Amino acid sequence: MSKFSLKINGKTQEVDVDDNTPMLWVLRDHLKLVGTKYGCGIAQCGACTVHLGDNAVRSCQIPVSSVGDQEITTIEGLSENGDHPVQQAWLEVDVPQCGYCQAGQIMSASALLKRNPAPSDEEIEAAMNGNICRCCTYVRIKKAIKTAASATRNA
Amino acid sequence: MLFIGASGLLPNFLSCSDAKGIQGNTKKHDITAWVRITEDGQITIYNPAAEMGQGSMTALPVIFAEEMDADWSKVNVEFSPQESDIYGSPGWQPGTKLMFTVGSRTTNSYYTVMRNAGAQARHVLLHSAAKHWEVPLEELTTGASEIVHEKSGKKISYGALVPHLTMPETLPDFTEGGLKDPEDFKLIGSQIPRTEIPEKVDGSAEFAIDLRLPDMVYGVLERGALHGAQPTLTNEADILAMEGVQKIVPFDHAIGVVANTLEAALKAKEALDIHWSDAQATGFNSQDIYPEYAQMASAPKKGSAVNEVGNVDQAFRTAAKTYEADFKNDYVYHAQMEPLNAVIQVAADGQSAEVWVGSQQGADTKLGIPDLLGIPPEAVNVHLQYLGGGFGRRSMNDFVLECGRLAQEMAPKPVKLLWTREDDVTYGSYRPLTLQRLKLSTDAQGDLTGISHCVVGDGGNLVAGGTRNDHYAIPNQWVEWREASHGVRLKHWRSVGHGPNKFAIEAMIDEVAHDQGMDPISLRRKLMADSPRALATLNKVAEISGWDAPVSEGRAKGVAFVEHGSLGTGVCEISVDRNTGKINVHHFWIALDAGVVIQPDNVKAQMEGGIIMGLSSVLKEQITIMDGQVQQRNYDDYPLLRMQEVPDSIETVILPSAEHPEGVGETATPMVAGAIANAFLKLTGKRLRHLPFTPERVLEVLNS
Repeated sequence: MSKFSLKINGKTQEVDVDDNTPMLWVLRDHLKLVGTKYGCGIAQCGACTVHLGDNAVRSCQIPVSSVGDQEITTIEGLSENGDHPVQQAWLEVDVPQCGYCQAGQIMSASALLKRNPAPSDEEIEAAMNGNICRCCTYVRIKKAIKTAASATRNA
Repeated sequence: MLFIGASGLLPNFLSCSDAKGIQGNTKKHDITAWVRITEDGQITIYNPAAEMGQGSMTALPVIFAEEMDADWSKVNVEFSPQESDIYGSPGWQPGTKLMFTVGSRTTNSYYTVMRNAGAQARHVLLHSAAKHWEVPLEELTTGASEIVHEKSGKKISYGALVPHLTMPETLPDFTEGGLKDPEDFKLIGSQIPRTEIPEKVDGSAEFAIDLRLPDMVYGVLERGALHGAQPTLTNEADILAMEGVQKIVPFDHAIGVVANTLEAALKAKEALDIHWSDAQATGFNSQDIYPEYAQMASAPKKGSAVNEVGNVDQAFRTAAKTYEADFKNDYVYHAQMEPLNAVIQVAADGQSAEVWVGSQQGADTKLGIPDLLGIPPEAVNVHLQYLGGGFGRRSMNDFVLECGRLAQEMAPKPVKLLWTREDDVTYGSYRPLTLQRLKLSTDAQGDLTGISHCVVGDGGNLVAGGTRNDHYAIPNQWVEWREASHGVRLKHWRSVGHGPNKFAIEAMIDEVAHDQGMDPISLRRKLMADSPRALATLNKVAEISGWDAPVSEGRAKGVAFVEHGSLGTGVCEISVDRNTGKINVHHFWIALDAGVVIQPDNVKAQMEGGIIMGLSSVLKEQITIMDGQVQQRNYDDYPLLRMQEVPDSIETVILPSAEHPEGVGETATPMVAGAIANAFLKLTGKRLRHLPFTPERVLEVLNS
């Protein structure tokens, strides 16, 4: 066990865990940030997506010891009141069904729009291909990303 | 919570004019067992069904609010208590009640229940206003959360009426008259956002997997890859010596480990050294079984009859032409995104239990926990959580019983049981592998005179559903099931038997049309002549898909019809990469008749999701078994369809109807295989008859 000081959602948090503990379990089971979900544990489904700096990463593959002083953002820290443009678009389009994968989808989509505010269909598909939705809400995910992109451009 | 009898009446209702009954204007007052209200007019309506993304959390309260004349902007929704006597809908047997979120039955079975309950809540409010104003109830009308006495010009909001609430002696049964004319519906059929979406967008929606209770410990099980095998643990002492491990709990089918943290439990699971016994499935090779199934279909002795109309043998004897083909489908896995899990706390004396779980099974059995612990059902409290996907998998309680056993060992500490994705795939309960032998006959005019449908496989109702052709005027029909058994775990999978069986029926009909030089839609128009609602979906989808218009080079359209409560016809447009064997689906069009539609946009969402889940299963999904061992472990070797392969468009048209609502969750998925196979036949002249249509299989068919 080792002590780690982590910058998460703008706050510094201390945890005492094994060096190779995936950030997914640190977030969910040690810090009660359960919006980030476990889906596969092998970076195949994207349910555990968080931001490391500005990049969308699969937290199940990020050992706690590799994070250092990089800023982590989870769904809980994406916006103050759930009103990030991507979240607003998700509400407008009524994207979620069961909702389990959606935090991961939103984190992938918000990272995409940060680096590319006007993505093409192909760019959206490439960025979102690592996120599985078994309710298969893909049509609406794509529509909401376009809605968010256009709202951000017009803001 | 005050409980009421089956009539929906509160026997011991307190008048809220009693000063003690009023604790500020945010206190919730029961109107009936289904609804509570505060003095500032906030209304809480109970949803009695599980919410797994299908929208019960909105659809059922909307029906209720419609009849109550509630102002929807003031409505909150909560799960109802798990009490079937009060909150059930009509069960399989007359006079029984059921809380069971399966088979697309939620809106269909609760429509009348919720309308009546909403009208009864409105009646209580009308009664209270009539007493308060001392006017006849008949002179009162309601608007959005408001009662009006037109004669005197008096108005009172539902909230303002709270201090004057009084219960009538009896509540009328409005199913016998007094429900709204559907023409007057304001909420039903309108565009209402789903109530639980905001918390699914800000990350606060709580699933059972998210729960953490004080002193909670974590349980995992190793179940092996051979279903039915029994374990012998050979390194118990080593495991118990691992950091954080608290207990090893042996099961007939698994070894359980309980530890202080999830990481410690998972590490211990990895380290388990288990010797597995043989089981019924030992020696079973799923991909080699089809010749045996074909032989079984050829055996002279008939199987169990599923449906018989007319005399199919005579139809075949007198036929101008007969057609016969075998259709096959491999095992398919649910792959719901939230792996199975539960949290259970058994009291120190073992005489009561609290269960937190996302389950389709509801209150009726308390998920088997009373029997497991040997305690009465009322000693088990089920806290229903959102389901991170169901698709039939969460209608089983195997994982809940496992958690109950661990919690019994660890009492009074709460235990969270987590299935890893590998557990969820390998110890899944699959849609059965089957073979369908279809035989069709035509007369001299080319009209279909007979259909024989023989299903070979394991699973009874799981494989026999979706075989009837009630909307096709084929005078002689015979359906039978011939039983196989391999010891592989099986369960309902979205649309159940409809997936494989509608594929076989719809593809076979197109094979006949192809042979006779008939247009597939024209042939179906003839077959649907006696079923105007089905025919209307066919005609509408032909229209919106531009069926008669030319298709661009290298593409073709295919059609398939499905009845699953609601009636739907789908058309897809595909192309095929002849080098790789990859099928691309570019567009899907659906015309649907679901009776009265509560939430049109949500129905469209179900169609979109149902089609894409169908595409995923039809193009990719396959569980294979070698020597009894399940070969797949996770999403890397059980690939699902992802965003890059989603069609450019999925268009749904809902046909207007005043008929009773029918379920929509399982109508789209079974269209997909038939529609693709039929488009493929048109495009290539070749026949796809084995699900899934993987590139390898498509190439094999193209090169045959």
